[in-house]
Amino acid sequence: MFLLKQKTTLPGFHLALGYTVFYVSLIVLIPLSMLFIKTSTISFADFWSIVTAPRTLAAYRLSFGAAFIASFINIFFGVIIAWVLARYSFPGKKIVDALIDFPFALPTAVAGIALTTLYSSNGLLGQFLYKIGIQSAYSWTGVVLALIFIGLPFIVRTIEPVLQEIDPEIEDAASSLGAGRLQIFFRIIFPAVLPSLVTGFSLAFARTIGEYGSVVFIAGNMPGKTEIAPLLIITKLEQYDYSGATAIALVMLIVSFILLALTNLAQWWASKRIGMS
Amino acid sequence: MSLARTESPLIRRILIGIALFYLILFIFMPLFIVFSTALEKGVSYYFNSLKDPDTIASIQLTLITALIAVPLNLVFGVAASWAIAKFDFRGKNILLTLIDVPLSVSPVISGLIFVLLFGLQGIFGPWLRDHGWRIIFTPSAIILATIFVTFPMVARELIPVMKAQGNDEEEAAITLGANGWKTFWYITLPNIKWGLLYGVILCNARAMGEFGAVSVVSGHIQGFTNTLPLQIEMLYNDYSFTAAFAAASLLAFLALFTLVIKSLVEYRFRAELKAVRKGAH
Amino acid sequence: MKIKNLTNLLLLIVLISSFTTGAWAKQITLLNVSYDPTRELYADYNKAFTAYWKNKTGDDVTIKQSNGGSSKQARAVIDGLDADVVTLGLAYDIDSIAEKSDLLPKNWQTLLPDNSTPYTSTIVFLVRKGNPKNIKDWDDLAKPGIAVITPNPKTSGGARWNYLAAWGYALKKFNGDESKVKDFVGAIYKNVQILDSGARGSTTTFVERGIGDVLIAWENEAYLAINELGPDKFEIVIPSISILAEPPVAVILSNAVRHGTDQVALEYLKYLYSDEGQEIIAKNYYRPRNPLITQKYADKLKPVNLFTIDDVFGGWQTAQKKHFADGGTFDQIYIVK
Repeated sequence: MFLLKQKTTLPGFHLALGYTVFYVSLIVLIPLSMLFIKTSTISFADFWSIVTAPRTLAAYRLSFGAAFIASFINIFFGVIIAWVLARYSFPGKKIVDALIDFPFALPTAVAGIALTTLYSSNGLLGQFLYKIGIQSAYSWTGVVLALIFIGLPFIVRTIEPVLQEIDPEIEDAASSLGAGRLQIFFRIIFPAVLPSLVTGFSLAFARTIGEYGSVVFIAGNMPGKTEIAPLLIITKLEQYDYSGATAIALVMLIVSFILLALTNLAQWWASKRIGMS
Repeated sequence: MSLARTESPLIRRILIGIALFYLILFIFMPLFIVFSTALEKGVSYYFNSLKDPDTIASIQLTLITALIAVPLNLVFGVAASWAIAKFDFRGKNILLTLIDVPLSVSPVISGLIFVLLFGLQGIFGPWLRDHGWRIIFTPSAIILATIFVTFPMVARELIPVMKAQGNDEEEAAITLGANGWKTFWYITLPNIKWGLLYGVILCNARAMGEFGAVSVVSGHIQGFTNTLPLQIEMLYNDYSFTAAFAAASLLAFLALFTLVIKSLVEYRFRAELKAVRKGAH
Repeated sequence: MKIKNLTNLLLLIVLISSFTTGAWAKQITLLNVSYDPTRELYADYNKAFTAYWKNKTGDDVTIKQSNGGSSKQARAVIDGLDADVVTLGLAYDIDSIAEKSDLLPKNWQTLLPDNSTPYTSTIVFLVRKGNPKNIKDWDDLAKPGIAVITPNPKTSGGARWNYLAAWGYALKKFNGDESKVKDFVGAIYKNVQILDSGARGSTTTFVERGIGDVLIAWENEAYLAINELGPDKFEIVIPSISILAEPPVAVILSNAVRHGTDQVALEYLKYLYSDEGQEIIAKNYYRPRNPLITQKYADKLKPVNLFTIDDVFGGWQTAQKKHFADGGTFDQIYIVK
């Protein structure tokens, strides 16, 4: 499978690749294959009835739906943030720029208790949100809020470098040909950032559908309403329902895997396109 | 700057305002809450709550876990990025995807697979028990789950850096008669050291902060298999909110420290890249 | 650079050795795997037992403690958590261990006095100070507009006692008319907005987050919340009838024999029945088996009209199958919305 395409004088290919494949198999492939083995102990009919049970579907709907909404909101604000960071200068910009990665470095459990404290009805922000009728904790909204926090750095960090690399001379040229600012944005800048938007979106989406630590504190955990899929897996596990747990996990795993493959494909496609132009 | 490249000051201010508002809501406020709650009962209470023996044991376990998981993933990260960045081979995209998998697998699933492997109902569990070994619900399981979860961190940081450096310098060294290890040590390593540093620091932050996967394989034995994040959850459920946030503030500090290193790395890296480009022209 | 490496190495060695000599050293250690609300009880009791054992045999015994949702803990033991003793929230969870593994004999419940239950508890209501919604009994929980907090019966042992207590009350109220009973319990659970996975989570939601009008809770958990967070904020309401909750204990024989701790483990559980043990139990707001000690703490542990799970539900196996298994009454309440 792993055949060298080009001759090179550099040594260490077989050693490095051999070790990589060995380590990937040991740490990732073998443990993950357990999911398939365990799930294969039940019949397909049973598998199907587990993953299409109303409660399971509701959990998938919440996990996928909230991840989608959160990633979508993040795309919108992420573009603005990346734009501001890439193009403008303002006091404290360096600190702001550094803090974008905070959700990525902060342990999810800490994020969970902090967000719950912040957005519950007696919390610092929650008290205002509740007054205007937004139930910001123990609800769909709460899940979305947590996922926005988790997903933000993935989106900003994929868009920002692309914005920085757009050649300003093209914008100058367009402007001298009479294009307005909005026109330049939609005709030149937007198409250039589009692949990174897709990548950022799917990275954030893949990361947030499986999120557990930060969400479990702020979701209401009501079956069929505010129960996320990872929690359902744990619930099944605690009822000694191993095959149920692995079946639900397997579906999530396959979705993540497809998303990742698509992301890598999108990146490959984007780099090819740039390489050609 | 020409007018074509920027917007009117009003629009600029509005955009900066929107960006800052969003970040205050979602990043500054949670950060503020962690520290303000941790210190709400005073500084001496803060330090006393960190001196609790179970909390200290959880800090020890967290450190040990990171000390084992990070170096292993570091070695892997270097090998993987060498293979992927320096060579062109079939199946590269598949390998890349596989490396990314732990990042997007739900942490709960990451824990579950080790229960399925080493639990008494799992494949190797009974055999291990009969031979006097125990993995699940011991620090070993925590270390394994942590390795899995933080597995791609170094590699992901290194691959783009190594790609950006290209192969020319290494190829020249080899042509001049240097062996592979020497080339790596004297040519490649100095070039990638900043990316490497950030990868390690990030890997470390994730290793110390992992919650979901570790929670599934831990067994929650106080003073023995509770890592710092699990201890935080326990304190939180124990009506010790202030103590929970005090412990949480340690991890928040770690996160901030990680970001400082990252900014430093980017700064150095940009400076070096500029120097390289100048030299080339 | 070299000196830095050396200090790093030293630091590593110190860390590893401190770890191995501390937590991984060989000595008499017992692991007690317990459910959530017993944290304070066993923190006290473990100290007392260590002193008692030192006095009696001269040996040092360290007791490691693991707390979590009752079913979750049972699952962990089945999966290989190396417990010497389990002290769980309900008999069904220990039955599951016996059934799904060979770790302890199936007749475990006959091996210690009082059905292997050295203490009991019951289910009460915790309401906000002054009882603003005037909650007196189970009927009030089913009224529209009352926000009820209780954990998820699928994952929490305490939540199952809550559910069965409500069910038992309704059975009596409607003279055993099952469909009316189901509607009644369904009405209560329609009032639940947050279903935490464990009893502790629910208490936190109610007392710290300020959500809900009433918390259905273990009696000891309700008292603990009042003690920890202020008697000026909450009060306890005792319903007209409730369930006798029996959280049992057992030695996980196969683990203990392998560790050579089976004798100590048994003594550890037996000491719970001693006067000292029963006293500690009462101080932590559990109901002791010893009537003399119950008498002594009568101002806190008020007499409640109680029914047992064996009388009303025919034991845990039957109750679990009917109510909490997939497709049981709890699922029906949730799926038919």
